[in-house]
Amino acid sequence: MYGTGLIKGLAVTMKNMVLPGRFFTHHQYPNRKIGLLGLAKASGTNVISYVIRQPAMAAKALVGMAEVEDRFPQHPRFRGEEFAWYEERCTGCASCAKYCPLGIIRIVTHPSGQDTLEGDKYSIDVFDIDIGRCMFCGLCVEACPYDAIHMGSGFEQGTYRRSELVLDVDKLRKAPKRPSTWFRPQIEARHYRPQDGEQATWREVARHEKPAVEQQEKRWAKR
Amino acid sequence: METVHLAGFLDFKSIYDFFDGFLPEGLDWLAFALAGGSLAFLVINTVVMATALNTWFERRAIGRFQARLGPNRWGPFGLLQPIADILKLITKEDIIPEDADRPVFTVAPIVLLVPVLLVVAVVPFGEDSFLGRLNVGLLFIVGVTSLGAIAIFMGGWASRNKYAMLGAMRGVAMLVSYEVPMALAMTGVVLVSGSLALFDIVQAQNVPFLLVQPLGFLVFLAAASAEMSRTPFDQIEAESELGSGYHTEYSSIKFAIFQLAEFMAPVVTAIIVTTLFLSGTRGFSPVPGQFWFVGKVVAVVFLMLWFRATWPRLRVDQIMGFAWKGLFALAILNLFLVAVEVQWLQDSDGDLSTDAMWLMAGINWAVTVVSVVVLANVLGQRRIQRREPVPSPLANMDAEAD
Repeated sequence: MYGTGLIKGLAVTMKNMVLPGRFFTHHQYPNRKIGLLGLAKASGTNVISYVIRQPAMAAKALVGMAEVEDRFPQHPRFRGEEFAWYEERCTGCASCAKYCPLGIIRIVTHPSGQDTLEGDKYSIDVFDIDIGRCMFCGLCVEACPYDAIHMGSGFEQGTYRRSELVLDVDKLRKAPKRPSTWFRPQIEARHYRPQDGEQATWREVARHEKPAVEQQEKRWAKR
Repeated sequence: METVHLAGFLDFKSIYDFFDGFLPEGLDWLAFALAGGSLAFLVINTVVMATALNTWFERRAIGRFQARLGPNRWGPFGLLQPIADILKLITKEDIIPEDADRPVFTVAPIVLLVPVLLVVAVVPFGEDSFLGRLNVGLLFIVGVTSLGAIAIFMGGWASRNKYAMLGAMRGVAMLVSYEVPMALAMTGVVLVSGSLALFDIVQAQNVPFLLVQPLGFLVFLAAASAEMSRTPFDQIEAESELGSGYHTEYSSIKFAIFQLAEFMAPVVTAIIVTTLFLSGTRGFSPVPGQFWFVGKVVAVVFLMLWFRATWPRLRVDQIMGFAWKGLFALAILNLFLVAVEVQWLQDSDGDLSTDAMWLMAGINWAVTVVSVVVLANVLGQRRIQRREPVPSPLANMDAEAD
C-alpha cells in the first residue's frame, strides 16, 4: 500500500533509538584512566617536577581519578600542514612550485656563490606556501628531486586571519622538522614516527647521503 | 479526571496581589503592569530556555535515531552545548551583504521570532497559569502564526541572493497552502468544544480530542510540521538544493535568532497540539496539571522529532499536492463528519456528554482508518508520465567521425 514505507521507516529509526550504546556506529571518545607515572610521561616531565607543578592533578592521579583522552594514533603517513622543509637539501629549483596544481608556492632565489663544487647553489629569498588554499595533495613532495620538502605531521594551526596561513621562508625554517612519511619510503623504512616527537635532521630524511667531496670531484669537473 | 494544580506557579492573580500589597492606593494599573511584565518575562525566558534544551534534545535524540551519539563533549551528556552554540554564533562577524535591503534584512529575524513567542501568551499552563485569557485564543493563534510567512519572505527578499529568494518563494507558497488544512483541523476542535478560548477547549476535553477526532489530529500534526518547516517539509531550507534557503546570507546574532525561532517552533507547536488535542493540563490527580502539560509537550516534541529523523524531504510538487489533494480533503471530511455528529449528538443546551464523545470517537476512528487507506491508494495510483528520452544529436558526434 502507498505510504507503508513511511511506517517501516519509523520502525527502523525507533529500533535504533532503543539500541544499546555498544551497537552505535560512533562511540564516546574513550577516556583512559591514567596513573601518576603515565601522566608525568604524557606531559613530558618527570614525576617530581610534575607533582610540584600540578599537585591537584597529581593527587587525582594517585587516587585513580585522572583521565586523559585516548586519541586514535595518528598514522605516520598523515599529511600535515607545517611542511618540514630542509634548506640544506633545497636547491631552489622550484619543481614544487611548478607541480603545485593550485599554484600556491612562490619561490624567489639568487645565486649564492657558495658550494661551487656541485655547480652553483641558489639561496632562497622567498618560499611562500599559502596553506589557506592548499589541499594537501602532496604533489610538491612527489616532485622534489632532492627530498628537501616533506609534508608535516601537525594539524592544529588555527589562526584568526587567512593571511596568517601563508607560510613564508622564516616560518618554514622554524617549523618543527617532523616529516610525514608520506611518499618517503626511506623514512618509513627507518621506523621513524613523527608522532613520537623526535625531529629528523636533513641527513636522515633523504634517499641517499649527500655525496662526499671526493665523489663529487669524481662526478663533476673541478672548476 | 480531576486534576490538582500547583497554586502560585505562573499565577497572575497571586503576582498581582504581591505587587498590589506594597504599592500605594490608586496605583492599581502599575501593579497590573508589573505583574504582567514579570509574568511575561518569566514565560518568555522559560520558553527560550526550553528551546535551548530542545536544541540539545534534538541533536542527542536524532543521534540515537541514527545509531550515533550526539554532542557529548561539553558538560555532562553535552548538556552545555546550547551555550557553546550561542557563544559561537554571537562572536561571529555580523555580515550584511552590500546589495541587501538593510532595514528589512535586520528586522526579518525579529519578525519571525515574535509571533512564535506571542502564541504562548494565550495558552493555559494550569488552572490559573496563563498570560492572557483571550476569548478568541484560537483565532489569535491562527492569525499570529501566519506572520511567519512574511518574515521568511522578508529574509529571502532582503538578502538579494538567488537561493534565499528561491527558498523564500517556495517556502511561502508552502506555508500559505498548509495554513488551510491547519485552520480546518482547528475548526473541528472548535465545533466539539463550542468555544474559541483555549481555556474552554481544555475544559471541554473530558475525552481528549485526539480520541474524538483522530483525523483532525493527524491533519493538524502534518500541517503544523509543515508550518514550522521541518524535515519532511523543509522546502524553505533544503540544504541539499538551496544552500540553506532564506537565511543563506545571515550570520552572527541574526542567524542565531533565526535558529532560535526555528527551534522554538516545535516547542510552541507541541504546546498548541497539547492544548487542542491532548487535553492540555488535565490528567490524573496526584500529579499537578502543570506537570501533565510539560510531559505531554515533551511527548509531542519527541513524536515530531521521530518524524524528522526518519522521513526524507518531499519534492516541491509533492508537497503542494499533499497539501491540496491529501490534507485538504481529509480536513474537509473531518469537518463535515464532526459537524454532522455534533448536530446529531448534542443535547438541548448545545453541550456534548462524555458518552456522546466516546460514540464520536468510535465512529471517527473507523472513518479515519478507512479514509487514510483510501486516500493513500488514490494518491498512490498517480504516476508521473514522462516522455521517451530523445537522444541528443550531439551524442555520437565523435563516434561517426571515426
